[in-house]
Amino acid sequence: MSNQEKGFPISHIVGFLLSITFTVVALLVALKTDLPKTTIMFVIGGLAVLQAGLQLIMFMHLNEGKDNYSKIIHTVYAIFMAVVIVIGSIWVVTAGHSIH
Amino acid sequence: MDIKWDQLLVSGDPLILGSQIAIVLTMVGVVAALSYFKKWKWLWNGWLTSVDHKRIGIMYIIMGVLMFFRGGVDGLMMKAQTAVPENTFLDAQHYNEVFTTHGVIMILFMAMPMLIGIMNIVIPLQIGARDVAFPQLNLLSFWLTFAGAMLFNVSFVIGGSPDAGWTSYFPLAGKEFTPGVGNNYYMIALQIAGIGTLMTGINFIVTILKMRTKGMTLMRMPMFTWTSLITSLIIVIAFPIFTVTLLLGMMDRLYGTHFFTVSGGGLDMLWSNLFWLWGHPEVYIVILPAFGIYSEIIATFTKKRLFGYGSMVISIVLISALSMLVWVHHFYTMGVGPAVNTVFSITTMMISIPTGVKMFNWLFTMRKGRIEFTAPMMWALAFIPTFLIGGVTGVMLAMAAADFQYHNTLFLVAHFHYTLIPGVVYAVFAALYYWWPKVFGFKLSEKIGKWHFWLFNIGFNLTFFPMFFLGLQGAVRRSYTYSEESGFQPLFLLSGVGALILAAGFAALCYNIYWSIRHAERTTANDPWGNARTLEWATATPVPHYNFATLPEVDSLDAYWEMKKNNKGFTLDKNQIKPIHMPGNSGLPAIMGGIFLVFGFFLVFEWHLLAAIVGIGIIAGLIMRSFESNDGYHVPVDEIVKHERTWRGESKWKAK
Repeated sequence: MSNQEKGFPISHIVGFLLSITFTVVALLVALKTDLPKTTIMFVIGGLAVLQAGLQLIMFMHLNEGKDNYSKIIHTVYAIFMAVVIVIGSIWVVTAGHSIH
Repeated sequence: MDIKWDQLLVSGDPLILGSQIAIVLTMVGVVAALSYFKKWKWLWNGWLTSVDHKRIGIMYIIMGVLMFFRGGVDGLMMKAQTAVPENTFLDAQHYNEVFTTHGVIMILFMAMPMLIGIMNIVIPLQIGARDVAFPQLNLLSFWLTFAGAMLFNVSFVIGGSPDAGWTSYFPLAGKEFTPGVGNNYYMIALQIAGIGTLMTGINFIVTILKMRTKGMTLMRMPMFTWTSLITSLIIVIAFPIFTVTLLLGMMDRLYGTHFFTVSGGGLDMLWSNLFWLWGHPEVYIVILPAFGIYSEIIATFTKKRLFGYGSMVISIVLISALSMLVWVHHFYTMGVGPAVNTVFSITTMMISIPTGVKMFNWLFTMRKGRIEFTAPMMWALAFIPTFLIGGVTGVMLAMAAADFQYHNTLFLVAHFHYTLIPGVVYAVFAALYYWWPKVFGFKLSEKIGKWHFWLFNIGFNLTFFPMFFLGLQGAVRRSYTYSEESGFQPLFLLSGVGALILAAGFAALCYNIYWSIRHAERTTANDPWGNARTLEWATATPVPHYNFATLPEVDSLDAYWEMKKNNKGFTLDKNQIKPIHMPGNSGLPAIMGGIFLVFGFFLVFEWHLLAAIVGIGIIAGLIMRSFESNDGYHVPVDEIVKHERTWRGESKWKAK
């Protein structure tokens, strides 16, 4: 972290430009192409995940500092929990008879 | 804005009228006593605005004991109602309100504050710190929990209590079926208390990860600190789910949205799903600190190192992960189909593996130990067989196919009382007896403690064991009465008698506290039990407000035990003492708690304009806190020297 504070914040600039690129691509795919709807959803969903990961690394210092190992464990666990909560809920309330 | 003045005070029930009068008299009495003894300043400066983690802990415990009384009275009323068939002591509506408030208060306003109070007192001392990471936030957590509890409690005299069960299932809890304000209280009071709990979770994670004393690596932490860390982690993962669920429920009730309604495209079972996504981890939030408490007490009174420390840590981590993967076992009967039910059956049964590991670890800790039968140890000993009954019946309930028979019967009620009472209440009692001398400088009476122990244990088993059989015979939960032909009467009556003995046990605890305050022998020995192992026992009794004159250094597990064994670290050199920086008191959290209480009250009655005006106060409080410059104060060396000389005695005092 300390060397970045002194020098030119190159990783921030790269991260910023990449974030904008992902957003613009997502917009273009959604608005300017004639791809089927499911494909569009997967493309913009994938770009959103990529962008989230990018932001965690470039701006939120995920892999910096001396306890970067534990931060990665926490993040992976948090993502796992989010998946359990969202996918799990959808599975539970749409399976079997519960939807009727 | 239509204010329904006629609905404001609950009227027409002699029991509630009596309570209303009693509440007014108590409040007048408290105000009069405080004014007469000129104690207002003492109360405000010494307690209500104090950021000292030990004082906050004591306030949590006082709140927990009061709520235990309230929830206990609810329980006794239910037992009185069901003691004989076709009883008219409570009507159906009143019974619904009583079992709802009993559940909510016991879990959220008794178990949680008690355990968080004990965590507050013990954790900073165990890790060799002088306070928690965010002392003022800690005080705010307390006040929000307290505000939520008071808002919830006021419901039974003003407006009517929630009546849809502690799980508050939709569509019953929706406005369509319960139009009164009762369930508004549920949504809003729990939200306010939940914010406080969430902040406590964050606070303790940071405290434990960042403020451990020199040399205390993660694997040298006392077991209670470990379980509190994992509990805090579950709080941070699970409570946001509850926050969102309550918010959606509030939107449905107050603003006519359709998240959980039957009409308008809502999905009522989504409430059950989201509620238990929080609700099951919540069970482990209250039970893990208890496991830590037992680990400390069993190791201390068998004079042995805790057996299988590493496997203990792995078990609690596994329990915390599994606790998030079992929520559907609360509603197998919803009809989610065999695939879902099978998966959740398996994850549920898997929880018994790490729990079993812990049970064997405690047993092996005691094996060949010299067990001392003190009051805290007796609670720990009683916990093991009683909790085992709760655990084994839990595995029975975990099997989805069998659960269709047990679901919503008293078998289930007996099961969860057999887990929560040994798992939480016994632990709280054990912890109170164990850490009491550290906090107050005198032990609770062992003799009255034995009365408390036996009355409570006999009463508990007599109350809840018959309920297993009642449930198997088909008695359903939450039913306010039953017919004489059902044949339930003898067991219900037995259970009612048990509840009276249980209440006598609680009375014995209250009497013990009173008796011990007046008559118990005072001690200033830092280790009054004589065999303590962890750092909280290395400093003075009662603990000075700065906790440690110099921060201890640790090079093994059971740091204080090692200090005693090697006889080092007891002498203090005057030159080592430096002024100690401590956080300053703040009145803001108490005021914020008050504002949240009024804000919540207005929202409950849907007086939005008034709520918005008060809501400005919350934002003003946040802004004030942002620009506050409260840098705390320094404890001067002279004061530390004077205090340390007094309790250490001259032999352990080096004045160079």
